[in-house]
Amino acid sequence: MEPKKNIDGMDLVYSRPDTLIDTATHYCPGCGHGVAHRVIMEVIKEMNIQEQTIGVAPVGCSVFAYHYMNVDMQEAAHGRATAVATGIKRVLPDKFVYTYQGDGDLAAIGTSETIHTVNRGENILIVFVNNGVYGMTGGQMAPTTLPGMKTTTSPFGREILTMGHPLNITSLIAGLPGALFVTRQSVHTPAAVRKFKKAVRQSFEYQKLNKGTCFVEVVSNCPSGWKMTPVESNKWMEQNMFPMYPPGDLKLPPPGLN
Amino acid sequence: MKLDFPRSEPTLMKGNEAMAEAALRVGMDGYFGYPITPQSEVLEYLMIHGPKRGSVILQAESEVAAINMVYGAAGAGARVMITSSSPGISLMQEGLSYIASAQLPCLVANVQRGGPGLGTIQPAQSDYFQAVKGGGHGDYRLIVLAPSSVQEMSDFVVEGFRLAEEYRNPVMILTDGALGQMMESVQLPEQGCLAKHVPSWATRGKAPDRERNIITSLFIQPEKMEQINLELQAKYQRAQKEAAAETFRTDDAEIVLVAFGLASRICQKVVDLARERGIAAGLIRPITLFPYPTDVIAAIAERTQRFLVVEMNAGQMVEDVRLAVNGKRPVDFKGRMGGIIPTPEEILVEVERLMVPAEV
Repeated sequence: MEPKKNIDGMDLVYSRPDTLIDTATHYCPGCGHGVAHRVIMEVIKEMNIQEQTIGVAPVGCSVFAYHYMNVDMQEAAHGRATAVATGIKRVLPDKFVYTYQGDGDLAAIGTSETIHTVNRGENILIVFVNNGVYGMTGGQMAPTTLPGMKTTTSPFGREILTMGHPLNITSLIAGLPGALFVTRQSVHTPAAVRKFKKAVRQSFEYQKLNKGTCFVEVVSNCPSGWKMTPVESNKWMEQNMFPMYPPGDLKLPPPGLN
Repeated sequence: MKLDFPRSEPTLMKGNEAMAEAALRVGMDGYFGYPITPQSEVLEYLMIHGPKRGSVILQAESEVAAINMVYGAAGAGARVMITSSSPGISLMQEGLSYIASAQLPCLVANVQRGGPGLGTIQPAQSDYFQAVKGGGHGDYRLIVLAPSSVQEMSDFVVEGFRLAEEYRNPVMILTDGALGQMMESVQLPEQGCLAKHVPSWATRGKAPDRERNIITSLFIQPEKMEQINLELQAKYQRAQKEAAAETFRTDDAEIVLVAFGLASRICQKVVDLARERGIAAGLIRPITLFPYPTDVIAAIAERTQRFLVVEMNAGQMVEDVRLAVNGKRPVDFKGRMGGIIPTPEEILVEVERLMVPAEV
C-alpha cells in the first residue's frame, strides 16, 4: 500500500509498510510483539528485501506471526525454529532468513537448537522476545522468570531452591564464537524502538557478509501474564527485568567489518 | 513402482553407501544426519562425496534438530533426505508429524536395530508399527518401502523421492542393519534420472506476483483442521495404487509365507527347502508396507490353505496380514526378536509343524 497523500491538506508521513499485513493482531493491548513485528517489517521494506526473505515463526504468543508478516514464512515446532531456519538457509544461502521466538521457545525447549545454531555460526538473524512468562498458554513460569516472580506455575513466586535460576541465555550466546552480533534491546519507548530498529537493520546488513549469527533480544512486557496495565508493566519491566537483563550490546562484530 | 530408470554398470557396495550414492545421483539438495549405528556410513559417505557434488551435508546436534532442518529445507523446495536407526527415528517422530501435516516431501531411511530402548545394534524389524501406522501424534501416514537387497536400497531412493514429491508426503525406507552393512552387487541410478521442479508452494522469497507462501501444520479452527485431515486421508487413498508385492512359487502353494525385507530373503530359502521335502510352500513379499498390498494377500487367500508370517519382531505385520486374509485361512506367526536373525531351518521346523500332521 502506497502512503496516501494530502489527507485534509496534510502529508501522511508515517504509515504501515506493505510488508506488514493490514489486519488486527491477536496480541494483548500494550504488548511489545506488535511493535517488534512492525519494526522488523519496516526494515525489510526499507532494505527492499521482501522477495528474498524467509521468516520462521515459533510456538508461543507469536505462533501466528505469519498472519502479520508479509513474507514467505514457515511455522516451526516448539523450540525448533533455528533448526528450521538452518535448513532453509543452507539450501538457500543467498536469501535472508530470520526467526522470531519467545523465551519459552528459545531458552527452554529450544535451548539445544539455539546454542548449536549460533555455535555453527548459521548466517541468520534470531529475534528473541523475552517477557519472562509463557504468554500463549496463560502465564506460566519461563526459564527467564525472575526470582520471586509470581506466575501460574510459580504461584508463590519463583523459588530458586526448587525451581532453579533465571537463564540469561543471551549472555551464553554472546560467548559463542559463531555469534557475530549480540545485542539486547526493548521496544517500550520511542528511543528504545529506534535502537531496536537499528539493531535489526544492522543484523540484516551483516547477513550479507556471511560472517555468523546475529542475535537480538527484546526485553518485553506481558501485561496480561503479569496482570498489570501496559503502563505499569513497562515500569515494572524497567525496574525488575532490566537489572537482570540490562539493555545494550553484548557482542559486536570485529572493527572494520561492513 | 516406477523402476525403469537407467542404471550404471554393476559395482560392489554396502547398502548404506548405495543409498547415499543413489541420493547424490538423483540430485539430493540436502541431507541432515546424526551418527548412530548401524547407519553412520550414510553420513560418512556423504561428507566425503556430497559437498563437491553440490549437495548440502550437515551433521546436526541431535536427531530432533536434524528432522527440523529437513522440515525447513523441504519447505524451501529442496530435495531432502535423512537417515537414522531406531532410537534416532523415535526422536524424529514429532518432526515427521509436522512434516506430514504441512505436506512436505522428504525421504527418511530407518536402518533398524533391535529394541526397545537403546536395545542392540543388530538388525531387527521391530519398528514396523511405528513406520506404518503413523509413528507420531495425529492421523497421518508415511509411505513405507521395504527393500530386501542392496539393489533395492539404491532403487528405493529414486522411487522414494518420486513418491514423496508426487504425494507431498514423507516417504520412509524401512530397512535394517544387515541390509545396511552387507555388500552386494548393485547397479546405481544414472545421474539425474529423476526430474526436479521448484514447487510453487515453497518458501523461497515472496515474488511480487503471488501471495506469501506459508508452511505450517497449525490449523486452529477445528473445521479447517478436519478439512486438512480429509485431504490427507484422500491422499493416502490415492496412494493405494502404489501398493506393491512380489510373489514366489505361490501358484500351487498350500502354505504361503509372508515376510518383508531381510526376513523375506530367508523365507525364499525356506520355500525351496520345504518344496524339497514335498511341502508346497510359497512366499509373498510386501514391497510397500504403506500402502499395504492387501489385494495380493486376499487373492492368494482364496486358493491357499494357510499363512505363516515371519518377522524379526514380536509379530507386527502379522496384524495386517490377518486383516487382508479376513478370517478365511489360519494365519500363524514365527518371529525372532532383539536382533536375532532367524535361520531357514528354524522357520522350516515351523512350516513342517503346520503342514505335516503329527503321527497319532
